[in-house]
Amino acid sequence: MTKSRNLFLVPYLAWMVLFVVAPIVLIAYYSLFDVDGRFTFDNYTKFLSPVYLQMTLNSFWYALLITVFSLLVAYPTAYFLTRTKHKSLWLLLIIVPSWINLLLKAYAFIGIFGTYGFANKVLELAGIGTKQILFTDFSFVFVSVYIFIPFMILPVYNALDELNPSLIYASRDLGASPWLTFRKVVFPLTLEGVKAGCQAVFIPALSLFMITRLIAGNRVITLGTAIEQHFLVTQDWGMGSAIAVVLIIAMAVIMILTGSGKRGALHGSQ
Amino acid sequence: MKQLVNLFVSVLVLSAVLLFATYRLNASEGYSGGNTLTIFNWGDYIDPDLIAEFEEQTGITVIYQTFDSNEAMMTKIEQGGTTFDISVPSDYAISKMKEDRLLLPIDHAKLPNLKHIDPRFMNLSFDPDNAYSIPYFWGTVGVVYNRELVGDHEFTSWNELWDPALHNDILLVDGAREVMGMGLNSLGYSLNDKNEEHLQEAKRKLNELTPNVKAIVGDEIKMLLANEEAAAGVVWSGDAAEMMWENENLDYVVPEEGSNVWFDNMVIPTTAKNIEGAHEFINFMLDPEIAARNTEYVGYSTPNAAALALLPEDISGDERFYPAPELTDKLEVYDNLGKRMLSHYNELFLEFKMHRK
Repeated sequence: MTKSRNLFLVPYLAWMVLFVVAPIVLIAYYSLFDVDGRFTFDNYTKFLSPVYLQMTLNSFWYALLITVFSLLVAYPTAYFLTRTKHKSLWLLLIIVPSWINLLLKAYAFIGIFGTYGFANKVLELAGIGTKQILFTDFSFVFVSVYIFIPFMILPVYNALDELNPSLIYASRDLGASPWLTFRKVVFPLTLEGVKAGCQAVFIPALSLFMITRLIAGNRVITLGTAIEQHFLVTQDWGMGSAIAVVLIIAMAVIMILTGSGKRGALHGSQ
Repeated sequence: MKQLVNLFVSVLVLSAVLLFATYRLNASEGYSGGNTLTIFNWGDYIDPDLIAEFEEQTGITVIYQTFDSNEAMMTKIEQGGTTFDISVPSDYAISKMKEDRLLLPIDHAKLPNLKHIDPRFMNLSFDPDNAYSIPYFWGTVGVVYNRELVGDHEFTSWNELWDPALHNDILLVDGAREVMGMGLNSLGYSLNDKNEEHLQEAKRKLNELTPNVKAIVGDEIKMLLANEEAAAGVVWSGDAAEMMWENENLDYVVPEEGSNVWFDNMVIPTTAKNIEGAHEFINFMLDPEIAARNTEYVGYSTPNAAALALLPEDISGDERFYPAPELTDKLEVYDNLGKRMLSHYNELFLEFKMHRK
């Protein structure tokens, strides 16, 4: 019995080894060689130089901004979604934009945010006058938030949907204000969904790259941009891998810090 | 569950139909084998009529594929797998492909039309005696500017870009060699300089440009400048020509301190199967009349002297794209600096990008 059960494990184990363990080991291996193929720890010492530390700081800062704003928008949205009549329709409308290719969306935003774009026309009409929107920190965070919002809404929505409404009625009956109810009942019970959403946004946001060029005009440089440069332009795979290793470690730490407890929110409702 | 099965079944059926359709289409156009030639070129970099003409003349069926960067092209050829009979890399890429043994030698005896190429474009540092590559187009790096937006600047000097009046009004192309080269040239150094002090000086100078730089972008630069998103930009001449077709206010100039001159040459990669056909194609493209038509379509500068003579005066006499010898003498080709130096250039460029206003 146990033997045949082990046999069933083989494809999964093979998959894990081939596509999860092997790539990570390869990246770690490549990170120990310089451009000339010599064994060295230089890539890591280089990572500790001000340039890369500043870049790491930037990446974390922008990823944090993106996550916080996504959460600020997504939580109320998810909350109202659970109250609406046609839940699945509204949910679908939120998910549909994520079917469109990321690059296309980025290009659309270049048009909208440009000097003669729609956003500036509106500002002009409002009497504020033309502002530079494209290639600023604002546009970068805005577009990233727009792209990541579905990933935040879904887990939060699932958590809110699972919440038993009688708990809220009970809280109100016992005299808690709506805000107190939210703080003491709703939010703690949906915390797992929030955590899952934050992971789903923060981790990919750390390694964003295309948008840094298209929307931020390379005025924002993240670790993802640097990895792309090192692999495609410089062909300094060692340095690119070293950055990737640091990112993997950072992500693992985040997962461990936020991943405790049960994962009810990820399973969603049946 | 049933819906899931339906979904998978419909995807499979759709794929099968598409596969069959592709197969039929290929078969009906004669792609199924025999005498074919696969060309791997930059996007929108040939007059499509010429391909049809070549097919008619030689009976060879052409399969045409495109790439958008030298690096992507080299990676694909390095991987093998696909048969590419012709590719069109730029100078430094040719030098690198040669080093990596990705190119086949070209037999000049099979190219009677080679005599039409201006000797200025032959025997260049990246490929002595043109053993592996034949000139296709060439161009420069310079400044595109919008006459309506830049005041009385004419950008005869790189240093005009540093004018505080151009605050937040300049776009740069996202290339380490181009931007570092501009920094070095503006100081009067060579754009292939390997002297550490000069490089650091160039980077400091570039940092001072930061307040004027609106963005550092890729191919989007064409669209952005044509839409008057910025007053000036540092670009390749070919892109400049394309923008100028779209927006009449734009003009192009190569600053007098010198700049980069680049060459895209035709090569036969080691993945080639139809080497005979590849030579026929190269010879066909070298024909003066064909090259002239191709130049009119593509808009870049032709290295073909006989073709240039056939072109109307407003193209061949345009000093912006066919600069006078006094200027071309000051232009430099990017040397293959070696991986270590190239990586250092990129490092400095990255530091420049990181420098905040």
